[in-house]
Amino acid sequence: MFLAIVAIATLSAGFGLLLGFAAVRFRTEGDPVVDRIDSLLPQTQCAQCGFPGCRPYAAAIVSEGADINRCPPGGDATIRALADLLDREPKPLDPERGVVKPRAVAVIDEEVCIGCTLCIQACPVDAILGAGKLMHTVIADECTGCELCVEPCPVDCIDMIEEPVTLSTWRWPQPVDSTGGSGSPARQAG
Amino acid sequence: MSELASILVATVLVNNFVLVKFLGLCPFMGVSRKLETATGMALATTFVLTLAAVCSYLVNVYLLRPLELEYLRTIAFILVIAAVVQFTEMLVEKTSPLLHQVLGIYLPLITTNCAVLGVALLNIQESHNFLESLIYGLGAALGFSLVMILFAGIRERLAVADVPAPFRGASIALITAGLMALGFMGFAGLVKV
Repeated sequence: MFLAIVAIATLSAGFGLLLGFAAVRFRTEGDPVVDRIDSLLPQTQCAQCGFPGCRPYAAAIVSEGADINRCPPGGDATIRALADLLDREPKPLDPERGVVKPRAVAVIDEEVCIGCTLCIQACPVDAILGAGKLMHTVIADECTGCELCVEPCPVDCIDMIEEPVTLSTWRWPQPVDSTGGSGSPARQAG
Repeated sequence: MSELASILVATVLVNNFVLVKFLGLCPFMGVSRKLETATGMALATTFVLTLAAVCSYLVNVYLLRPLELEYLRTIAFILVIAAVVQFTEMLVEKTSPLLHQVLGIYLPLITTNCAVLGVALLNIQESHNFLESLIYGLGAALGFSLVMILFAGIRERLAVADVPAPFRGASIALITAGLMALGFMGFAGLVKV
């Protein structure tokens, strides 16, 4: 009885030591800061910041010292959250990168669509459904409103429609921004 | 040598762990929707199964048998398997982050794969020596990988097939698995076990 307890305890302790050693030896050099920045970004994957997507931007903020004011979809709220996380001064959104707009959803005019699949290739989040020579449509729940599909469309049948404010999306308006940011009224709707 | 080869063929085809012994059915059903994840799962399981078979053999021979604690076999083997799986997860995360991302939740789930414990216990039951245990574990893993990948391929085609409504989803998958098991019965008698 006693022997059994000792044997199992020894076995467990041995494996515990082995795993502890492995945890130290095989520690991944994953950057937790990149993950935390990435979770603050809006994940629209719109590339307006000049990087291919939200995660590359997060990586660039850490490794290349990219500015934190390059994300128009996130607006001032994101800039403030990033400034808090990284201990940097919040600054107004870089106007070169675009302006803050209310959240919109792409809508394809299905009468006009010729089924060229160009918008499907442009969509960073695979929110457009369709096949060659068949009408396409946007999955509204998946659309991040990045506008990347508008440009490639040869017949201009994609419109960005602002989401109407409903009971489930209405928020209290944010207090007026005192950091000198472009406290756009548009954020209040979103 | 021919003894080892016959163990290998027997475990891969004749006594296939999934389709003949019906062990390890949970990942067989759960992770076989896509060929990609099935392949990843098969690789991870191959590694874990082989390693766990060897480790359990060593624990049994050098710890449990000398101390006459063979009645603790099951719990000791579960401990061994859990440790091996955890170790594999760390190793995979370090060496192949991509594979780690693909496997995601499934890697820790190998702990509960009954085929892993089954191999360890059957090794003892059939009083295999070290090399035989290794080959038995490897064969079981290869057999698991084989049917896993075959099944994932079939299910990818099933996903676009026009299946009658009452059979859709798990039922057609189980029927397919049953037919595959019937097919594998054709290997019976290939090797005298």
